[in-house]
Amino acid sequence: MQDSRSPARVTRMTPMAAMRDAAGIARRNLLRTIRLPGEASVLIIQPVVILLLFRYVLGGAIKVPGGNYADYLVPAVFAEAMLLAGMSTAIGLAQDITSGMIDRFRSLPMARSAVLAGRTLSDLVRSVFALALVVALGVAVGFRFHCTFPAALAAIALVIAFGYAFSWIYATIGLLTKNPESAQVIAVLPVFVLMFISSAIVPVDTMPGWLQPVARNQPFSVTTDAMRALLEGGPAAAWAWQSIAWSAGILAAFFIIAVRLYRNVTT
Amino acid sequence: MVLMVEAEGLVKRFGAVVALAGVDLAAEKGATLALLGPNGAGKTTLVRILTTLLRPDAGRASVAGHDVVSAPGLVRSAIGLAGQYAAVDELLTGRENLELVGFLYGMGKAERRRRGAEALERLSLSGACDRLVKTYSGGMRRRLDLAASLIGRPAVLFLDEPTTGLDPRTRNDLWDFVAELVAAGTTVLLTTQYMEEAERLAHRIVVISTGTVIAEGTAAELKDRMGGDVLVARVADRADLGRAVAIMASLGEGAPQVDADQRLVSLPAKRGTEVLIVAGQRLAGDHIALDDLGIRRPSLDEVFLSLTGSAGRPAGSEPPSGHAAGP
Repeated sequence: MQDSRSPARVTRMTPMAAMRDAAGIARRNLLRTIRLPGEASVLIIQPVVILLLFRYVLGGAIKVPGGNYADYLVPAVFAEAMLLAGMSTAIGLAQDITSGMIDRFRSLPMARSAVLAGRTLSDLVRSVFALALVVALGVAVGFRFHCTFPAALAAIALVIAFGYAFSWIYATIGLLTKNPESAQVIAVLPVFVLMFISSAIVPVDTMPGWLQPVARNQPFSVTTDAMRALLEGGPAAAWAWQSIAWSAGILAAFFIIAVRLYRNVTT
Repeated sequence: MVLMVEAEGLVKRFGAVVALAGVDLAAEKGATLALLGPNGAGKTTLVRILTTLLRPDAGRASVAGHDVVSAPGLVRSAIGLAGQYAAVDELLTGRENLELVGFLYGMGKAERRRRGAEALERLSLSGACDRLVKTYSGGMRRRLDLAASLIGRPAVLFLDEPTTGLDPRTRNDLWDFVAELVAAGTTVLLTTQYMEEAERLAHRIVVISTGTVIAEGTAAELKDRMGGDVLVARVADRADLGRAVAIMASLGEGAPQVDADQRLVSLPAKRGTEVLIVAGQRLAGDHIALDDLGIRRPSLDEVFLSLTGSAGRPAGSEPPSGHAAGP
């Protein structure tokens, strides 16, 4: 009897083997998305509604520096679309715990990180699709790129990195709640708190003094401000580095927490 | 003798609840061990510890020679697990499910294709292999779950209540299949609430209740614990029941049990055949017509009830017997 997974491979999981396992899980998740497209398309509705609501209903009453509210708002909606689409990481993991799939995966000789890495990667693919749609819609409601092509790419890369780092927070939420309904309710909280206590929709100067430092320096704000600066064609390095630092920090911390939780999670 | 599953003093607590209170276990290579017990006895917790899904709070266990806590990776490469709730992906086809598991065992494309097709064939799922699992019946899902657990050709197979909720025909097919695996050298540890299942499949039976092993042995050994045979008489006419009870009571073997609905009188009979002859003579002498008179071994059900039933009751109290007074 030949055994393709040798004992050495099992005890000392190489990064290559871990990536291969993650790719297998990601492929499975994407197959699920293709077969249940409704679940993924729901994710796009919320950013679209927010975009239209603020652009046409509330936007008229909000004064922003530079004067064009579409150019101010749309980068924030990019970040919001990434975070809302990423919520499916929490829900999907909780579903796999409830259905017993996680028990099966945990009983297999595969990398401990693979289920989480595969999940966050497949959801990243979905989030990028959602982002592309929101960019197109943004342009339709008056948003314009005032920058070079590399600057636009850098802005998009920043928001994708932020979204991916955040998906490890969602993974943690999914592993803690273990139930899709609770996961959904809990996962939406950080998005809304971060979006509203930020420079995303209204300038931070309009908030009470004690709240301003928080609102100005939290990851959603610095990422949005970095994108705005890049898309306006202005100097963006200060914000961009802060955004990258936040994303790297969130990714590192929640990767460790989520993998720890995964080791002991069970139905 | 090689032990493929070995556990010593396993303890697991969930908060204040003690799920396992020091369990010892051993299964030989190529044998089937059944964990028999009611809901909440700790069977599933035990399986989860042995399959590395849970860590014990105390005690140690090894599977296929590897410690479940210090070498979980080696244990995982030697086991298969088929659960109570079929863990298959509804939105994948049967084939895709099996090939995913094969992929996660580290198999190449050709190998996982071949083993997937093989497992589908063996569990008679070839015809449905390209359908999404959400269109499968409960029995088909269970078979697919079992197929998934066999992809890695495990040395030790864990089956957690493999036939709960299945119709009798599907259950029989599954039993035959498990028997084939065991004949081919696989060690099987299964949990069940069904005596029939334990008796049919297992070489040894471990009875657990509230987290402790309360009895262990072959089916025959467990039955011997009941104190031997039972003499049973079924009267043809219910009106004769009272007289039959009186005659049985006069045999000096103890108090008879009566089931009025079934017109049955039963009596523990240590001196089996001798008592049977005397009972036959006396009943015939009193002109009581009989449908049946005989000695039988206690069923495993009775053994199980007497073992687990006594645990919660004060010593000496009898189980309620509503029919004892007769009509």
